[in-house]
Amino acid sequence: MASAAAITDETIAPPARASGAGAFLRRHPTVVIGGALLLVIVLASIAAPWLGTVDPISIAPSERLRGPSADHWFGTDRFGRDLYSRVIYGGRVSLIVGLSVAALSTVIGLTIGLVSGFIRGVDAVIMRVMDGMMAIPAIMLAIALIALSKASVIVVIVAVTLPEVPRVVRLVRSIVLTIREQPYIEAATAIGTSLPRIMLRHLLPNALPPLIVQATYICASAVLIEAALSFLGAGTPPEVPSWGNIMAEARPYFQLKPWMVLLPGLFLAVTVLAINLVGDGLRDMLDPRLARKM
Amino acid sequence: MHFFLIRRLLAAVPVIVVVTVFVFALLHLAPGDPAAIIAGDLATAEDVAKIRAKLGLDQPLLVQFFTWVGQLLHGDLGNSIFSAHPVSQLIGQRLEPTLTLTVMTLVISVIVAVPLGVIAAWRVGSWIDRCVMGFAVFGFSVPGFVIGYVLIWLFAIELDWLPVQGYTPLAKGFWPWLSNIILPSVTLALAYMALIARITRAAMLETLSQDYIRTAHAKGLATHSVLMGHALRNAAVPIVTVIGIGVALLIGGVVVTESVFAIPGLGRLTVDAILRRDYPVIQGIILVFSGAYVVVNLVVDMLYTVLDPRIRY
Repeated sequence: MASAAAITDETIAPPARASGAGAFLRRHPTVVIGGALLLVIVLASIAAPWLGTVDPISIAPSERLRGPSADHWFGTDRFGRDLYSRVIYGGRVSLIVGLSVAALSTVIGLTIGLVSGFIRGVDAVIMRVMDGMMAIPAIMLAIALIALSKASVIVVIVAVTLPEVPRVVRLVRSIVLTIREQPYIEAATAIGTSLPRIMLRHLLPNALPPLIVQATYICASAVLIEAALSFLGAGTPPEVPSWGNIMAEARPYFQLKPWMVLLPGLFLAVTVLAINLVGDGLRDMLDPRLARKM
Repeated sequence: MHFFLIRRLLAAVPVIVVVTVFVFALLHLAPGDPAAIIAGDLATAEDVAKIRAKLGLDQPLLVQFFTWVGQLLHGDLGNSIFSAHPVSQLIGQRLEPTLTLTVMTLVISVIVAVPLGVIAAWRVGSWIDRCVMGFAVFGFSVPGFVIGYVLIWLFAIELDWLPVQGYTPLAKGFWPWLSNIILPSVTLALAYMALIARITRAAMLETLSQDYIRTAHAKGLATHSVLMGHALRNAAVPIVTVIGIGVALLIGGVVVTESVFAIPGLGRLTVDAILRRDYPVIQGIILVFSGAYVVVNLVVDMLYTVLDPRIRY
């Protein structure tokens, strides 16, 4: 992957064009729009206690299944819990899972990928294992793991990370395989640079841009999978509100009160859309060559 | 060709071995005592011991593994903890709705997405292209169960054109069957369509910039015959590859979609098994789904030689 060239172009080119926020917006509209949306969602879930919410798990039997009103903007659920508060707090789980999975799978995948790309002896074995893991649909793999442990957010993070790792390994390995043959790596080896140093100084900078893009997509996919798992009853435990389990609990009332299902769904969809837009934008920004392939 | 066939089949063996080992290992990698977790919070020590014996967890690890693999090779996926029925029988009963749903989705997706991708690439940069790309991002981002509920709300509740939920076997008439399967198929197709449209566009852009396309235009061929006969034909390999890889996406989506539309297929079986912590059933379904994925991608590899005669292994 010749992303080194792409980065240089990118860093040299901007001064020649118009600078400033307006120009950046015109050149990378998706990053700006997606980033802005995402920022709003992140800030909202951090600032959840100050956004007119009440305790998302406090039960009020007399206020069950109310429609939207000034007191309860999104109405209440079957236990009288305020849906608006639950939806705002629910964003926390999605974002924590998304970010943790993206970070974890990138670090693990990077390590395995570097080893696989450099040490020929283990490469074949590692890649067969990765092929096998990719043959198991992500949701099914996560379901199997969760079915065997007590429900918690940590278990969800581990279960969603596992199927994402092979995607990173394959990406890193393919980058290593192309860069390994470059003359400058040969030169570095010739002057006696140690393998870890070559990985750190020469490979990592090349691998970083596509990795960041990949991590963004993994984050989006993790948010989706967490929501799907919680929706199926195999995700976040019921006492922690998450968009998926709020929707699951509202299902019996869908025909009469569709907003109970659709509102958390809307938040979920907008969040994933924002992350994907950032990913698409970053991809075009960091590596134009990658952009053509997708 | 035969040599290639055999080599490709052999290459699938390690994948299947890894999947099997992995599914087996899951039961033992999980923290805590799987028997206790499967038994649930209310179980007595006796119940736990019973489940442990039933799953063979009291045997040495290697014995467990080879007993299990031996049964698998005889087509025995074990018995459900909950109902004591053989897992293979439970899966067999639920196969029809799931197959109907996936095949329908596949057909809808390819029929809609490939032309969209072709048009987008042909008119690259135009508003059509932007719409298709926008749709692709949208399709990737909106989860199936959200789309499913929006469609139910719109077409089944507000407009009352189609049934809300459920499944009718084909044997009970064409229209009842079709009307029940339309909404779930469209729901499931959305993400898949996004994927296929995106790759079709990218592959078409690549081929449309080739010299032979210019030649075809120059000698006066009609646009549609250049697009379909020359460009699409040459762009077929990546498109078919993605259709194969996308089957994993489809399988994940099936579980969720069946749950939304109350379709009694493998997805529902999975969800029921999760709630009952019926591990042998979950194991069996994963094996079946992964096997399906491997087979589909095997077929895709075979198709390469048909689609592109230059590919000789």
